[in-house]
Formats: sequence, C-alpha cells, structure tokens
Amino acid sequence: MAAATGESRYRDSAIGRFLARFASTLKLMARNRVGFAGFLLVVTIVLFSFVGPIFVPLDETVRVSQIYETPSLSHPLGTDSEGKDVLSQIIHGGRPILTIGYLAATISTIIAVMLGSLGAFLGGRIDTGFTWLADMVLTIPQLPLLAVLAGILSLNSKLAVAGLIGALFWPTLMRATRAQVLSLKERDYVESARALDLGTPHIVFREIAPNMAGYIAINFTLAVTASMYAVVGLTLLGLVPLSQDNWGVMINLAWTRGAIFSKDSIFYIMSPIAAIALHQFGLVAMNRSLSEVFDPRLRRGS
Amino acid sequence: MARTSVPATGSGALEVLRKVASSYLFRRLIKALVTIFVMASLTFFLIRLMPGGPVEAYIANLVSQYNVSQQAATQQAASLFSLDLDAPVYQQYLEYLGNLVRGDLGESLVTRGVPVSEIVLSYLPWTLFSVGTALIISFSVGILLGMIMAYKRESKLDHILTNLGSMVSSIPDYLMGILIVVWIGVQWELVDITAMRGSLSPGIQPGFNLTFIGDALYHASLPILAYVLGTIGVWMLTMRGSTESTLGEDYVTVAKARGLKERRIATAYVGRNAALPPFTQLSISIALVFGGSLLIEWLFVYEGLGYVLYNSIQQRDYPVMQGVFLMITTMVILANLLADLLYSRLDPRIRVGGRD
Repeated sequence: MAAATGESRYRDSAIGRFLARFASTLKLMARNRVGFAGFLLVVTIVLFSFVGPIFVPLDETVRVSQIYETPSLSHPLGTDSEGKDVLSQIIHGGRPILTIGYLAATISTIIAVMLGSLGAFLGGRIDTGFTWLADMVLTIPQLPLLAVLAGILSLNSKLAVAGLIGALFWPTLMRATRAQVLSLKERDYVESARALDLGTPHIVFREIAPNMAGYIAINFTLAVTASMYAVVGLTLLGLVPLSQDNWGVMINLAWTRGAIFSKDSIFYIMSPIAAIALHQFGLVAMNRSLSEVFDPRLRRGS
Repeated sequence: MARTSVPATGSGALEVLRKVASSYLFRRLIKALVTIFVMASLTFFLIRLMPGGPVEAYIANLVSQYNVSQQAATQQAASLFSLDLDAPVYQQYLEYLGNLVRGDLGESLVTRGVPVSEIVLSYLPWTLFSVGTALIISFSVGILLGMIMAYKRESKLDHILTNLGSMVSSIPDYLMGILIVVWIGVQWELVDITAMRGSLSPGIQPGFNLTFIGDALYHASLPILAYVLGTIGVWMLTMRGSTESTLGEDYVTVAKARGLKERRIATAYVGRNAALPPFTQLSISIALVFGGSLLIEWLFVYEGLGYVLYNSIQQRDYPVMQGVFLMITTMVILANLLADLLYSRLDPRIRVGGRD
C-alpha cells in the first residue's frame, strides 16, 4: 500500500516536474516573438491535420454549378475544379505528408546522431569512413535519385518513402553532430567517465547524447523541412502513389487542371501551397526560439 | 633543401607517388570517382537484378504482347539495354561499366534506335546553362546582401532582409516556381508563360549572336528566378553571420587603425574572409539546385535534363532514366570538385598536408 502510494506520488511529482519544465521552456521560447509565433504555427498546423479530420468530413460531392467559387461562409477557402470544398481537403491532406515528413526526419536524425557521435568518439578509420560516406551522400542529387527509385520500385508504403528520404538526408546533421561531439568529448565529465572505464556505449549514449538534446532538436526541425521538400516534390510529380488526397496531390491537380490558364483557381492552388509554406516557415522561425532556449548552456559549456 | 634534390632512386619515385596520393586534389578526385561508380552500380543492380524489374518486365511484355519468342525478346532487350543477358551477372556488370566508360548507355526504349548518350548530350547544355547562371547570380547577390546586412546590422533594412531571407529560404524552389507562374504569369499577366516554354523559340538557331543569347536567356529567365529565390536566403543569412564575426577580428581593427580606406577593408579584408563559410555550403546548394531542376523544368516546360528525366520516369524509359540520372550526378560531382578547387585557392589552409 505504502509503496504503491509512494510510487504514485513519485509519478505525480514526475509529471508535475515535467509540466513545470515544459512551462519554463515555453516561457523561454516566448521570449523570442517571431520564434514563438513559428512554434504556435507549427503546432496549429500539425493539430489541424491530425485532429481536424475527426471533426470535419472530407467533402467529396461534385457540384458542377459551383466550380472555382471564391471564399464564402460555407466554403472558407472556395471550391476546386469539381466544386468540392477546398478547406476540408486542406484539413485532410496534411496528415499523409506530415507523417512522412516527420518520420523521415526522425529516421535521418537517428542515423545522423548515431554515425556522427560514434565517428567522432571512436575516431580513426571509422570516423574517416563515416565522413566519407556523408560527403558522398551529400553530393548525390537527392530528388532525382528518389524519383528514379520511385520509378523502379513501387513505393506503396509511407514507411518505405520515409525510409528512403531519411537514408538520404542525414549527412548535414551528421557533420553537425560530429563537430558537436568532438567538442563535448573533451569536457571533464566525459573524461571522468572514461577514467571510470564505463565503456564507449555508456559514454556516447548516457554522457554525450543527452547534452546534445538542444542541438539535435534544432537540427531535427531542419530535417523536417528537408524531408517535406522531398515528399511534397515527389507527390507533386505524381511519383509516390499515396492513396489519400494530400497537399502535394492537390497542387498537382490544381496545376494540371487550370492554374496555368484560369485566374479563378487561385484559392485552390494557393491553399495547399500556403499550408506547406507556413509549416516550413514556422519550423524555421521556431529555430530562433529553440536556439535561444539551448544556446546559454552550449555557450557556457565551451 | 631536401626538396631540391631530384628523386632518382626507386624510393624517391615512391615518395613522389605518396605525395600525389596524399594531395588534396587527388583525394577529391578519388572521392568523386567512387561516388559516380557507386551510383552507376546502384542503378545497374536496381534495373537489372530487381525481381520483376525493368529488364525482366520488358522481356515479359514483348513475349506476351507481341508474340515474340523468349530468345528473340531477350536479344532485343540485350541490344536496347546494351547488355549480354545470357552472361553471368558479374560479367554483365563489368561489360556495363566498360560501356559506361566508353559513353555507351544503351538505346531509348521509347524513341527506338536513338542512343541514350545522344539524348543526354542534347539536353545537358540547357540545364548547365540555367542552373549554372542561377547559382552564380544567387551566390554573388546573396553574399552582397549578406554583407550589407552585417554592415547595417540592427537597422530596419537588416531586419527586413533577415526576415525576408529566412522566409524565402523556407519555401521550396518548386513552390516558388508555381508562385511565379500563377502570379506573374496568370494573375497579373506580366509575361506570356506559354511563349516562354521550351529552351528556345522556334526558328532560332544556336550560334554566337545576340538573338540566340537573348532568346536563350528569355526562356531560362523564369527557371533561373525560381532557383535564385530558392537558394538566395541561405547565402544572405550565412554571409550576414560570417561578416559579423569577421568584423570583430583583430586584423580588421588593425586595418582600420592603419587608416585603410573603408572600401578596401570591406573587399580585401572582410569580404574575402567572410565569404569562406558560405562557400563551403556551395556543395549542398549545387546538389539541391541540380536536383531541383527535375521539378523546375517540369513546371516551366524547360527542355533540359530534369525535363527528360521526368518524362523518362513517366514512360518507364529505363536506359534514358539511368543515363540522365548518371549525367546529373556526374555534373553535380564535377561542379563540387570545381567548387572545392576554387575553395582551396581561396583558403590556403585547406591545402595543408597536401602539396607543397
């Protein structure tokens, strides 16, 4: 009994501590106004795309008499080439794209952090090898390679697309991580861990990696923008057969069905572009806040 | 002292070889060749060995659709892909590499009898022209703006340009391209988008004259604008940062104390050194812009390598797809090599440990 309540109290306080830390981080982020606005923008777009579809049904009724309507109360973003509501498509079209974007960024961040920190820590041949690999992948034109792969393999699953993108976008993060680890590994606490003979995995993942959380967070947002660039580009070209409608497919349809010659389709083509651009800009702006949150400690350390 | 003695013995020759092997240029060349080799092998194995992959699918299609015998179909596929399909895979692979070195990439599946190398070479100049021009414009203008921002830091101009730069750099270049077409072309009708398609107007003959150069620039202008807008933000922001830190360097203070003219300090002391960090980012940008040509050329119907690559993927024209992809990769790697060599000229520290 006592043990159970003790444990629950501990958990309560852990949650409380987490919330307190979260709140103080938010407060720090709010110090930079552009950065905080970016953060709110990203959160709003992600929430709308993942929670919105539960409340807003996808409009699939074709209304021939209501093609390319300008925004009104019933259709806040107007209608498309078949008279369907654009806003409902925007709300439903974010999830597949964002899922792949964030998944690919996670994969590339994992690869980058693993190779970067292991390389910097072990040094020697392994480090040279990893750096070579990074330099090589960096000089491959990624979009054409992805397009060629999409043309040869049939990329039906989101995980496959995300995996391929993640496998190509890690080098910049890896270089950054490597440089960071190289400076971190000379610090006292790492020296003492080494003196205690705690083993390389312990030092890399317990002593060094946690101290790079901020650095990784900033680079993760950059990885998301890079992956979004690739996913949207591929879906825009129609090379990734995603079953659902999404922002990339919307731009493609708007483009091929009228944006090049019809002035009326402006809301149809601008809506998905705005959604993607705002999400990208939000991430980039958010980095200003993130670096302000994490910078003091990094500066103090070096 | 020792350097002046001519290496006459065997060990001396070895010493020269070792020096060549450890030189910067040599290492860069090897890296470039390895990357091209890996990409060539990857596409070979994907196209040739994938179960149900292109070659197998092509043969199966010939047999079922045109009633061709298995042997005849294999022969036809072999000549199109310029492979000997009966030989063991490693032998095919070696032959493929041999053909590649000679520039033989097989024949197009769609336009029969046309060698892939011919297609690739006829579209290459347009991509090189538009992408190269865009990179040069974007880099030089971005550097200039970045320096101005750093010199006028915390001014209104700086704030506007910084926000503009980060906004522009966060929007993908192909979305910029769409915005250009939709707003400049369709909504405001400032330019005739349909007339600007293609890489040249009908009837214009390539030659070294003003009409040709003007027309080529006219058709390339919108793609170039899209590339520039897609990359300039990064140059502006990195140059702003590096100029700011260079301005705090001792040698700049000393130059000021020596009473050098402000302009001379800005170009020879600040600019030259501050431009080094952005320069190292060129390699990323080169790959990005060349890769982006796939989408940009599709959007503007600009007939370069990206345009051909898109069409060959749509038409499942594998030899062309492979050839164009390898050419784009080679161009990116060569451009990187050039950028690296230029960089080692600009920053002598890079050559340390290499040649003397």
